[in-house]
Amino acid sequence: MSLLEVTGLCKSFPTRRDALGRVREQHHAVKDVSFSVEPGTTFAIVGESGAGKSTTARLVLRLIEPSAGSVTFDGIDVCALGGRELRLLRRRMQMIFQDPSSSLDPRVSVGESIAEPLVVFDRTATTKAQRTERAAELLERVGLAARDRLKYPSEMSGGQLQRVAIARALTLHPDLIVCDEPVAALDMSVRAQVLNLMKDLQSELELAFLFISHDLSLVRVIADHLAVMHRGAIVEQGPAEQIFAAPSSEYTSKLLAAVPVVSGPGSRQRRARTVMEDA
Amino acid sequence: MRRRESVLRRFLDNRAALAGLVVLAILLLCAVLGGLLTPQDPNEQDLRSALESPSLSHLAGTDDFGRDVLSRLIAGAAVSLKAALVATSLGAAIGVPLGMFAGFAGRLTDAALSRLNDGLMAVPGIIFALAVVAALGTSLTNAMIAIGILFVPLFFRVARAATVSVREETYIEASQALGCTRARTIWRHIFPNVLSPIVVQAALLAGAAIAAEASLSFIGIGVAPPQASWGSMIQAAIPNLEREPYLVIFPGLAITLTVMALTFVGDGLRDALGTSRRASVEAKEAVA
Amino acid sequence: MTTQASPDAVAPEVESPPRLLDVQGLTVEFRTSAGWSRAVDDVSFDVHPGETVGLVGESGCGKSVTMLSLLGLTRRANARVSGSAVFEGHDLLALSAKELPDIRGNRVGTIFQQPARSLNPAFTVGEQIAETIRHHRQVGRKEAWRRAVALLDDLSIPNAEKRAGEYPHTFSGGMCQRVMIAIALSCDPALLIADEPTTALDVTVQAAILDILRAIQDERGIAIVLVSHDLGIVNEMCDRTNIMYAGQVVEAGDTGELLAQPRHPYTEGLLQGLPENMVGGRLQAIPGNVPPLDELPDGCHFAPRCAYARAGDCDAVVPPLVLDDGRAVRCLRSDELDLVGVGAR
Repeated sequence: MSLLEVTGLCKSFPTRRDALGRVREQHHAVKDVSFSVEPGTTFAIVGESGAGKSTTARLVLRLIEPSAGSVTFDGIDVCALGGRELRLLRRRMQMIFQDPSSSLDPRVSVGESIAEPLVVFDRTATTKAQRTERAAELLERVGLAARDRLKYPSEMSGGQLQRVAIARALTLHPDLIVCDEPVAALDMSVRAQVLNLMKDLQSELELAFLFISHDLSLVRVIADHLAVMHRGAIVEQGPAEQIFAAPSSEYTSKLLAAVPVVSGPGSRQRRARTVMEDA
Repeated sequence: MRRRESVLRRFLDNRAALAGLVVLAILLLCAVLGGLLTPQDPNEQDLRSALESPSLSHLAGTDDFGRDVLSRLIAGAAVSLKAALVATSLGAAIGVPLGMFAGFAGRLTDAALSRLNDGLMAVPGIIFALAVVAALGTSLTNAMIAIGILFVPLFFRVARAATVSVREETYIEASQALGCTRARTIWRHIFPNVLSPIVVQAALLAGAAIAAEASLSFIGIGVAPPQASWGSMIQAAIPNLEREPYLVIFPGLAITLTVMALTFVGDGLRDALGTSRRASVEAKEAVA
Repeated sequence: MTTQASPDAVAPEVESPPRLLDVQGLTVEFRTSAGWSRAVDDVSFDVHPGETVGLVGESGCGKSVTMLSLLGLTRRANARVSGSAVFEGHDLLALSAKELPDIRGNRVGTIFQQPARSLNPAFTVGEQIAETIRHHRQVGRKEAWRRAVALLDDLSIPNAEKRAGEYPHTFSGGMCQRVMIAIALSCDPALLIADEPTTALDVTVQAAILDILRAIQDERGIAIVLVSHDLGIVNEMCDRTNIMYAGQVVEAGDTGELLAQPRHPYTEGLLQGLPENMVGGRLQAIPGNVPPLDELPDGCHFAPRCAYARAGDCDAVVPPLVLDDGRAVRCLRSDELDLVGVGAR
C-alpha cells in the first residue's frame, strides 16, 4: 500500500465576490491532481510559478482545505479527520519550507524550535533534559554542533538554518516530509550539502519526500518519481529517469530545453527564441 | 552578538530614550518613597505663608493654603503613576487579546470585532469620562477606568495590525504544520512577536493617561481634595494666576516632562525593538 | 586580517583591444559595529566593447557590491571605496555626486534582480521609460513617449502602444524585466550591467530574457557585465568570466577554457558539485561554509575548505592574483594541480 495516495485533488480560490459575499469568480489553482508516494522514496512535483505545486503540497498536509478530492495517508482519510486527530496525524507528516530564515520563529532559540514538536505532543512523557538531549542529537545528525542549540536564527546562515528546519521535521520520526523548494534560497555549494543530507537521511530513516521544485536539474538529483504541473494540472508523471530521457509532454520538453547547461563544449550555445505566452 | 543584548544596547545608545528613562526612574522613586522624600507634609496648611514665591524653605513656593508646592509635586507623582498604570493596563488587558484574536480569526469575526472597535473609537473622551464618573462615583480610579476603556480601541488596532502581519510569516504556517493548536500558536509564536509594537503603544498611551488625569482633575472629576495631583494643582492655581504664576508652571512642567519622557522611551523602544530580523535580512542581501 | 595583495601582472604586455571598462584594485569596505569589514577586496577586471563578462560567485562574494559601488550606489551606506574604475576615459570612482548621474542611465544601463520591485508602482510603464529619456536627452514628451513605445515593441511586448500606458502590477515578472531592459537601453548606453537579472524568474521566462539580451548585444554592440551565481547561464552568455569568493577574484579568463580546465580549486569544487557530476548517488559538495566577512581566515580565503591546501603556505599568506596569457588565478598551488572541469571524466 502506498504511503500517500492523492486522488482527484482540486482547489479553487475565490477571486471576486459580489456585494453579499457570494463567490462570482474563482481561480482554479489545483485541477484534478492524482499521484501516489511509496514509503522511503522521493516524489517530486515540478513546475513554474503559478503551476499549483505549493498549493498541492499544502493540500496534502491539509494546511488548506481541498475543494474536492481525497488524500489518504497510510490508509487514513486525511480529509475526514477531526481537529484533534488531524493534529495527531501531523506527527507522521512534516514540512520544510523554502525560506529557512522565516520558517523559524526568530524569538525562539534553535534548540527550542527543534524540541517544540516534543512539547506539543509529548510534554508529559518527556522531561526538559530529555528534550534538550534530543535536540542536541538531531543537530549533530544534520551536521551542526550540539552547542548551536542556544543560537537564534539571526545568528546562523541560510544553509545552517535549513538543516535546523530539517532537524525539527525529524523530531517525531515522521514517515513523510513535504519539502517546498527547500534549497531554492540557498547557494550552490550549500545546496549540494543539504541535498546530500536529505538523501542520507532518507536511506537511513526510510523517509519519504514529497519534493516541490521549479528547478529541474535539482530534481534529477533526488527524485525517484516525478510529476510535471502546469496551470494547476499534472501534464506528465512517472519515473524520473524515464521522463528526463524521453518526455512525452510538449511542456516538459520545453522546460527541459530552457534549463541553461554547463557541460558540453566550451563554446556558447545559442538557442532559438522560445515563444512563451506571457513571459 | 545575541539579539537581546543588542536591543538593550540600541536602546541605551539613544540619548533621548535614556534621559526619558532617568526621568521615569525619578518619578517612580517619588511615587514609591513619597512620604520619605517630601520636605514637608503635602497636606499641612499654613495660611500665614500662603502664596509665597520659591525660597530656601519652600523650593517651589507655597500654594493658596500655604502648603509646600514641592512636597505636593512629589506626592502628586504617585497619583500620576497610578493613573497611567490603571488606564494603560486596563486598555491593554482588554484591547490586546481582542485585537490578536481579531487578527487571527476568520473574515467575519474580524469584521464584526473591528466594527465594534470603530464604534468605541468614536466615543468622545471627556464626555465618556464624565458619564462613567457619574455612574460610579467621583474618584481617580473611576476616572482612569473610563480612560482605560477609551484606550481599548487603540490597543486593539495595534495588536490586530501586528497580528495580521505576523500571521503571514512562514513560521506561523510551520507551527501549524508541526501540529500546534491554535492557542499555542497565538500564545507562543504570535504574542512574543507582536509584543514590540504593543509595548511602544503602551509607553505612548501612558503619557496620554497622565495628561488625561491632569485634564480630568482640572475639571474636577479626578482626585478629590486635599489629595495632591498635578492636574488639580493647576486647577487650584488658576484664580491666582496673576499673582503667582509659578503655581501653574511647576505642575505644568512636571506633566510635560513626564509625558515627554514616556514618549522618548516609547520611541526608543520602537527603534531598538523594531529593527531585528528585517534589518539583518536586508543587510545580508546588500552584501551578497 | 588580510594582507594587501598586489595585482601582479606577471605576463608580458599583450596587445589588447581598447577597454570600455577597466576596474583596478577596487576595494569596498563597510563600517560595522565591529569595525571595517571588507566586502570587496582588490578586485580587478575589464570589459571590452561588445563583449559579455561574467561575475560569478555565491552569497557574500561581493559581486553585487562590486557593481553597485561602480555606480556610486554604495556611497550612502557607510562605505569606503578605493581603487579605480575607468569607463570611457573617466574614473567612475572619482566622479562627484553631480557628475555620476550623467553616466548612470545614460552611458551605463542597469537591470536588477527583482524587476517587479524595481519599478515604481505609481507610474505607468511608458512614463518610467520616457522619464529616463527626457532626463538625459533634450526631447519633448511626445518624442520621449514615442521612443518608449518603440523600445517596448523592440523587446517583443505585444501591443506596445497600449501596454505603455499600463501600470507595473499588470505585468508579469518576465514582462517587468523587459520593461527594465527598455529603461536601461533607452539612452543607448555602451555598457549594460545585469545583476542577477533572471534569478527571480521561471526557467522558461529566463531563457527568453537571456535570448533578448543576446539579441540586443548583436544589434547594438553593447557590452554586458552579467552578475550571476548560475554557471549554466554564465556558460551560455559570457565570453569571459571572473569567479569571486569572499570578496576576491579567485579565477578569471575565457569562459569555455575556465569551465573546461579550471585552475582554482573553488572553481573545480563548484563544477564538481553540479548534478551531472554526482558520484554514487551523492553530489560532490564543497565541505564547510563561506566565511563571514568579519571572520576571514589568515591566508587564502578558501584554504579552510580546500582539498589541496598545504599547511604552512596556504593558510599563511593571501595568494596574489597572477595573470598568465589571458587567464588569472589566485592560488599558490595552481601550477602543480591538475583540476577537473566539465566534459571531462
